[in-house]
Order: sequence, then structure tokens, then C-alpha cells
Amino acid sequence: MLAVEASLRAEGERQIKEGDVVIVYERHDRMKAVIVARNGELQNRFGVFPHNEWIGKPFGCRVVGKKGGGFVFLLAPTPELWTLVLPHRTQILYVADISFVISFLELRPGSVMLESGTGSGSLTHSLARAVAPSGHVHTFDFHEQRALAAKQEFERNGIGHLVTVTMRDIQGQGFPEEFVGGQADAVFLDLPQPWLAIPSVASSLRCDGGICSFSPCIEQVQRTCEALTIPEFTDIRTFEVLVRTYEVRQEFLQTTLQCSTQFASDCLLKPPPQKRQRPQKGRTVTKKAERETRPVIAKPYPDTKGHTGYLTFARRST
Amino acid sequence: MEGTTGANSTNRNLTTPGCAVLLDINDGDRLAFAHLSPHASVKVGNAKCLLDPLVGIPFGSVFEVQSGPNGHVLVRLQHPITESKEKESIESEEAVESMCRDNRALIDNNTAQTLSAEDIEQMRREGATGKAIIEALVANSASFEAKSAFSQEKYKRRKQKKYAPHVLVRRPSARSVCEAYFAKDPNKIGFLRMDTLALLLSLANVGANAEVLVLDMLGGLLTAAVAERLGGHGSVCSTFHTAKAQTVDMVRLFNFDTSTASRVFRVSLSELTGARYATQKAQEAKEAIDASDGLQEPPCNGETLLTAPRAEENISEPKQGRIEGNKAKLSAPVEDMTRWASQGFSSLIVGAPYLDPWTVAQCMLPLLASSAPFVIYHPYSQPLAECMHHLQAEHMAVALQLSEPWLREYQVLPSRTHPNMQMSSTGGYVLSGITITNM
Repeated sequence: MLAVEASLRAEGERQIKEGDVVIVYERHDRMKAVIVARNGELQNRFGVFPHNEWIGKPFGCRVVGKKGGGFVFLLAPTPELWTLVLPHRTQILYVADISFVISFLELRPGSVMLESGTGSGSLTHSLARAVAPSGHVHTFDFHEQRALAAKQEFERNGIGHLVTVTMRDIQGQGFPEEFVGGQADAVFLDLPQPWLAIPSVASSLRCDGGICSFSPCIEQVQRTCEALTIPEFTDIRTFEVLVRTYEVRQEFLQTTLQCSTQFASDCLLKPPPQKRQRPQKGRTVTKKAERETRPVIAKPYPDTKGHTGYLTFARRST
Repeated sequence: MEGTTGANSTNRNLTTPGCAVLLDINDGDRLAFAHLSPHASVKVGNAKCLLDPLVGIPFGSVFEVQSGPNGHVLVRLQHPITESKEKESIESEEAVESMCRDNRALIDNNTAQTLSAEDIEQMRREGATGKAIIEALVANSASFEAKSAFSQEKYKRRKQKKYAPHVLVRRPSARSVCEAYFAKDPNKIGFLRMDTLALLLSLANVGANAEVLVLDMLGGLLTAAVAERLGGHGSVCSTFHTAKAQTVDMVRLFNFDTSTASRVFRVSLSELTGARYATQKAQEAKEAIDASDGLQEPPCNGETLLTAPRAEENISEPKQGRIEGNKAKLSAPVEDMTRWASQGFSSLIVGAPYLDPWTVAQCMLPLLASSAPFVIYHPYSQPLAECMHHLQAEHMAVALQLSEPWLREYQVLPSRTHPNMQMSSTGGYVLSGITITNM
């Protein structure tokens, strides 16, 4: 999933090989992660796709299904695509919140990051990309099965060396001793009672390091902000981030309107000169193009996410 | 824990002579960029303060403007958050009583304060601290006691801003630079809001070892933001379509180390497209594929193709070499150029408010590898909608999405939580997608 250094890049780096995770793209809202296996097979409504035919093809290629005759695209995985296809074990963070968290916490290659809980690992993939190649993400979840499943996914997606998954109840126990003394550059909390973890965050975060707490309810935000109102923290800010997506298409819009000829000649703006010549041939032959325009138009999709959670940030005082 | 990481971050956390800082004056009331060169100064209200005390301190430190016999000086506060303790006491002590007070008895006739402007000036001349002045103002205010606790707090904060302004030394980062410009001079960055910038970087899969092509007509913000994420691993190629490369001066605000700065390149678009075209033609010939179903010549207009082939003569930036390692190199090493031409870039970010996105896409998408994410930013939605329509019709990309980020900040205080009264109503639009191969 992560880019490889140019000098170490193999000849067929962008070619699909056995064991790769590929994102099978049908439509913008229909994608699936598939691990390429020799003699493996994918079946969907577009037909049957033998994996063997994928091997050696470049990422981004189009493959046609047997029997069905439809086609799909095989895309290289990215943290953003992974977020759209990952198996949900919990409520997950989406790209608007994820991108904002990473940017606001000012993560960069080499950063040491603490995350709790791991959940479905949606954010973790983006965190790993941000701190790679020399940084590290320590992620904690109190749910053993979830922690294990996440660990396996990180390995399979090639970020295992950047992420350590530990089963631990951060709300109850705080972050491990090894981080005490400001060993972390940034902390992210997605916990039901984040305020309980704040004292531990205060001792684990380096000076000027950032903390972010994600909570769906305003009451949680209220208590978290109260807990952050101690000399160890400053710049407490709470945001809500959403993304509105647009539907784009071409629409026929009529330009003819029945009205008094007197009015039309007096009040309507005159059409451009090249169009004015045409009516001389007679009204009946007016081409369709003259009676309508075909603009490309955009409007927001009618249903959208209205709320994900509040993001509360603070900085460790200097 | 990686030893290098810890050491690295400690060094990065201190200001150095000549480094760039973002000065946050009075909680964001004013934001100013400064380089900590000798004798540099900042004006806070009417007070001109030398920036010398800011060298060698950790980023995030808070200073107070104090007036002394030799004019105004910046003095570092060791425990900046004393007011937070006051906030806590509001919660505990007779909180209910003071919260219930209201302003029904207030007569707004400007006589509540008995301390005159001359008195305050006198105190300042005598070297009274800002805190002492605020205490005197409180003591001489007839209405202060009648105010509610919230209102008292507000009063004190307002007076503190006036008589003892705070200056917070922030580290310039993509986020803080973007936020500062958006507040100060949004036109310079094409009205790109910080959440939109964050979205661009994520959707373009920017991370270590990525090879990112950038068309940055937002003053260098995009180039610098990408370089910051790469941290010296991979490369950012900041291209330009005009004979004279547009400035990417904002890169200089980021205090990049040598390894990070060394991976920022500037190559003209005609050079990139020319090299890519030639490489692909050669490859096609080698593979003996019929040229007709190969890639078409990038549909750049003649003007673009006729621009200067090499851009060395464009080193016309006046302040060049001021901070070594913070300048983008004009031109790129041959091995990088060869690799970009043969493999293509791993992603693309376009921020060009005065260019037609579809024209840009036609010219630049062929420079990308297959399955490479791209994002095009524009302050208007219509040009992006049209671009998206063309890309769909020509089957040039998948996962196309036109999106509009939305950001709202909240005031969170005990019993007074609500969204901020003012918010930005637009942070621009983003068209994103992923390139495909047509074979």
C-alpha cells in the first residue's frame, strides 16, 4: 500500500503479482478488496474473473469478465480506497475527518503516534502513511479480537512494520509507561470517555505535540474540554468537518418560451448574430440545438452524512 | 522508540537564528510571519518589539509585551495558562450566584471606569506590568462587581489583550501557514482552506517515497505542504506552464532541513510532457505496437509547448539563498527526469485558480502512472464539474468525485457551548480521481 523508495523499486513495481491486495472497482460506490491468489477467482454480476489473468498486468488496468462480458478496474490500494472497502468491526472515520486529523496534528515522516482505539483500522492506515518510513504508530484497543483482526490487516496491507497493535484499555490504564516523559509526538483518542485518558496523554505527549479527541456527542466534547483545561494543555479547539459530494451531469434546458412577440422583440436580449440569420429559413426548420442548451450542471447528492463526530484538538504547553 | 526520532523532534522544536516563525498575537487576533534575523522586529499595537528573545526557544512558547524604560520588550511567560485556573475557580466558588447576575442594572454612560487614559499612561511610564494595570482597572470599575462571572472573565481578557498583549511563537506548518493566509490574505492561496488542503494531501496519497507532481499557483503552499509530508523521501516536482516559473516563495516559511528541501524540484511542463512523450514513443517502437492506438500527443496548446526548454534563467527571485536549503531547485537530476518520464508520477495535485481544469487535466494526466490518484482544486465548482464530465465521457479516470469540504469551529465552555458565530462559507472545491490504462 505504501510507496517504495525509487532506488529499491523493482522493474514491475506497478504490476499486479500474487499476494497483492487489489481494489476491484466496479463503480464509485461499489468496490472490493481482493487478495490475488494463483488459480483464484472473483465472481460478480459482471462475470467471472480468474486471478491468473490479472498477474503481470499493470495496476489501473481494465479486465473483462468471462460469461458476463462486463468489466472492472484493478486499482492499487491506498489508505483512502481501503477506508471505502474495509470490513467494518466498528464505526469508522472517513476521509474528511482523517485528513483533517493528520493535518492538524502535523504528522510527518518520523513522528511517533499513539492511537486508541484501533477499531477497524481506517485511520491507522493513514497514520502509518504519514509517519513512514522512520516513524511509528502505537495503536491500542481493549477488544482482543478486534486488535488481532486489525493486526492481520496491517500485515497484509504492508504497513505491519510501522504499526504496533496492543490490547489495552487506555481509558482505564492509560498509555504504557514507556511513553511517559513526552515520548509521543501526537495522540489520537476515539474513546467513549476520553476525559479519563487525558492525564495519561499529558505525560506521554512531548511539548508542542498535539492531541485530538474524536467524539460523536457534544456532552463528551464538553467533558473532554474541561479535562483539557489544565496547565499542560493549550490551544483547545473543537471542529466539525464534513464533505459534500456533487452529482455532475449534462442536462437539457429549453430555451424557447411562449410569450408575446411584441414583448420578445422589445424586452428579451437579442440572440447572438449567427443565430439571428437562421430564422430567415423559416421557423419550422429551427434545429433542436436552438431550442435548448446542454450545460454541464452539478448539484449535491440529496442524502449525505450530516454528522460524524466532533474533533477536539489541544497542544501540550511549552 | 527510535532514537533518531526523539533527537530529531527536539531539534526541530527549537527556534534557530534566521528561522521562520508564525507569530500569533492575542489568540489569533493578528497573525504575522517573521524571520528571526538580527534586529528583526514586530509591531504589536503601537509597540515595536525586537524579536531577539525569540531565538533558541521551543516552538509554542508564549511571550508578553512589557513596557519598560527602554521601550517595549517581549518577555517569555513561564506559565502561560494561569487563566485556565481562574476558569476552574469560576466553576467551584459561588459559581451559581455570579452566573445568575445579568446586566439589567447596567447604565451604559461611560462613567463606570474612574481610571483615565492619562492615569494608565502614567502607570505604564512608571513600568507597571500589564497585570498591575488590569488589576487597577478592575479595582476602579464601578460595574465590574455587578458583572456575571463570564462577563468578568471577558472583561479581563479584553484588557489583557490591550495592556499586556501575548505573542505565541508557532511553528510554520502546512496547516498553520494555510490557516494564517486564509485569515489574512486568502486571495494569495486561492481561497484554499486548511481542511481543503488536508483533503488534497490525503486524496493524492502523499506520503514518504511518493513522487508527486504539483501545479502550484497558490504561492508555493501546495509544494511546501507536499514536501513537508515527504520529509526528504520521494520527490515533489513543482511544475510551471509559463516561460517564467511562478513563485513558490512560501516554501521558505517552512524551515525545511537540507534533505527535505533537496527533494523539491521545479521543471517546466513542456519539458515534462516532452520527455514523457519521447519515452513513450520509444517504448512503443520497441514493443512494435502500432502507433495508432498508443498515447496521443498531449494536447497542450502551442503556447505552452513553445516555452523555454530549460528554466535556469528563471532564477530571478530577489532574496535567493537567504536560508540555505529552503529554495526549490530549478531543474531536476537526469535520473529523476528519466524515471518520471518512464514510470510516471505517483500522484498529481493541481491548484491553479486561473486555469481551466479540463485543459490542465488533458495536459497533465498523461504524466501520471496508471492507478495514480489526482486532485484538482478550484475555488469555483463549475469548471471542475465540466472537467469531471469530460473525464467521464473520455474514460480517462475512475473514482471521480467532486466534493466540497465544510468546516465549523465551536466555542466549548461550561454552559456556553455553541458553534462560532462567524464561519467560512467556502473553502473551495476538489475534483479527485484515479488514472487508468486503456488497454
